[in-house]
Amino acid sequence: MSREVEQFNRRLLRARDAMDRAYAEPLDVRAVAAVAHVSEAHFIRSFRGVFGETPHRYLQRRRVERSMFLLRETERSVTDVCFDVGFTSRGTFSRTFREIVGETPSHYRQGHGPVVTPTCFQMAGMRPVGPPMADMQSSSFGDTVAAAAP
Amino acid sequence: MITKLGSVSVKVLDQDEALDFYVNKLGLEKGQDIKQGAYRWLTVRVPGDATTEIQLEEPGPPVHDEATAEQLRELISKGAMGSVVLLSDDVRGLYATLKSRGVNDFTQEPTDHFYGTDMGLRDPFGNGIRVLQPKKVAQGARA
Repeated sequence: MSREVEQFNRRLLRARDAMDRAYAEPLDVRAVAAVAHVSEAHFIRSFRGVFGETPHRYLQRRRVERSMFLLRETERSVTDVCFDVGFTSRGTFSRTFREIVGETPSHYRQGHGPVVTPTCFQMAGMRPVGPPMADMQSSSFGDTVAAAAP
Repeated sequence: MITKLGSVSVKVLDQDEALDFYVNKLGLEKGQDIKQGAYRWLTVRVPGDATTEIQLEEPGPPVHDEATAEQLRELISKGAMGSVVLLSDDVRGLYATLKSRGVNDFTQEPTDHFYGTDMGLRDPFGNGIRVLQPKKVAQGARA
């Protein structure tokens, strides 16, 4: 593997870190691709090649993991949690949460109390895996279409 | 009985660049730097603690065959090689210092948790580094 590939991976990682950091803000794929200095379509394809999922799916899992944390650890309403973690519609939040976790946010809250491990380990280790990419329906990032392109 | 952690290896893409980052940016001190043929044993450590070291190791012969080294380099650049956790008595101060030294690859700004304050960053190659300032616990408060 050439030095160029390493440097390209590193740029993609920087873009992934940007999503981890700014998950609560409105993010569009153009802005995230800009962190890696590549076009949107190239970013989505290569991100999937390197990390095994589209950037959108990665961001969804990040947001859902943070929402699971807030549902477990706080008393905030499901609607507040939805907006806290960067979703802009309650419907999309519930649908995405159910797709990835397998139950509704309210159900999840009933079944789980606080978890006592350092937050950074929770962020990494408790991120839901979800169903295979092909089964994911929701994509407000627009990358389902782009990822399917040759 | 094992009494203490002696050294761990962090895989890097370039030892000189790694040394500059871990010493001149992050603030660790250089430990050992010994060349044995093509192999360079290079370590950094928390200033004042010579008994626990981080070895900065470049993948490659004679330890790794070229194909294995290539895989390792790819994993490093994907950030998939894990991270080290360092302790600090002033995470926010260190954050400001790092910024002033041109470090901007933060994965997490300083954040307060029930166990203390921490932040996350990456070395120039993609390895994760977390710095934790543990919350002071009154003596005897822990069982």
